[in-house]
Amino acid sequence: MSPRPVDVAVGTELPEQVSRVTRADLVRYAGASGDLNVIHWNERVAREVGLPGVIAHGMLTAGLAARAVTAWAGDPGAVVEYSVRFSRPVVVPDDADGAELTVRGRVAALLEDGRVRVDLTVTSGGEKVLSLARAVVALG
Amino acid sequence: MALDAGLVGRSYPPSAVYEVGREKIAEFATALGDPDPVYRDAAAARAAGHPDVIAPPTFAIVLSLGAGNAVVEDPEVGLDYSRVVHGEQRFTHHRPIRAGDRLVATAVIDAVRTVAGNDMLTTRVDLATEDGEPVCTTHSMLVARGTA
Repeated sequence: MSPRPVDVAVGTELPEQVSRVTRADLVRYAGASGDLNVIHWNERVAREVGLPGVIAHGMLTAGLAARAVTAWAGDPGAVVEYSVRFSRPVVVPDDADGAELTVRGRVAALLEDGRVRVDLTVTSGGEKVLSLARAVVALG
Repeated sequence: MALDAGLVGRSYPPSAVYEVGREKIAEFATALGDPDPVYRDAAAARAAGHPDVIAPPTFAIVLSLGAGNAVVEDPEVGLDYSRVVHGEQRFTHHRPIRAGDRLVATAVIDAVRTVAGNDMLTTRVDLATEDGEPVCTTHSMLVARGTA
């Protein structure tokens, strides 16, 4: 169920979400999104362009982070605005565990018409990978 | 070479119509590991107040990537794509994208700037139904490292 506006205050925290991203997830996202950039699946090319290894699509990281908001909102259609700034690549090792991604969120502002702004903190291996991640959610 | 500030406002012809399919939405949701039934089950979507299954909030990137390619490949813009990384992304949803939508994407260059030797190019893509109903506006900022 969606949180009711009356139950939400500045500082309300969203449930923490921890997920893992493997090379197989990158291939699946490449196909689904149409973003076939080689740095997301080819170690040799990734290193040639100066990256530490194969990295996740920024929009995969952003999409996984948005799940924390849609799950909390109840209805994904309630997310009326979503913005991210990519600050650090998520390096995905060639093993079964892949990279870990942790998403925390809190209500940062109450806006007009039952809308709230949620600020996310998205980290991998303890480092922030999005320097800005914000959603505006229209609650019930 | 620094990007020309005169590029701001440059617009591109509307895309061909993109018909949003149920299977494509489900495929995208699966790629995000998201089991939410509102992306797959029309009855669940209707119970949530939508006429059909809706797409995840970041699905619009599928269309905005395609429309943005017109800008990236524009020789007048002269972006060195081998040095490009995605800097920022924003979605403003006028309503959720849903299965059956027939969408047209129109790209316009929204901003160019140069910071610390990096060229930054922001493209706005407006997604609307073929009848002209606004559905989503995206802003994508690309950074070309060390090209300015």
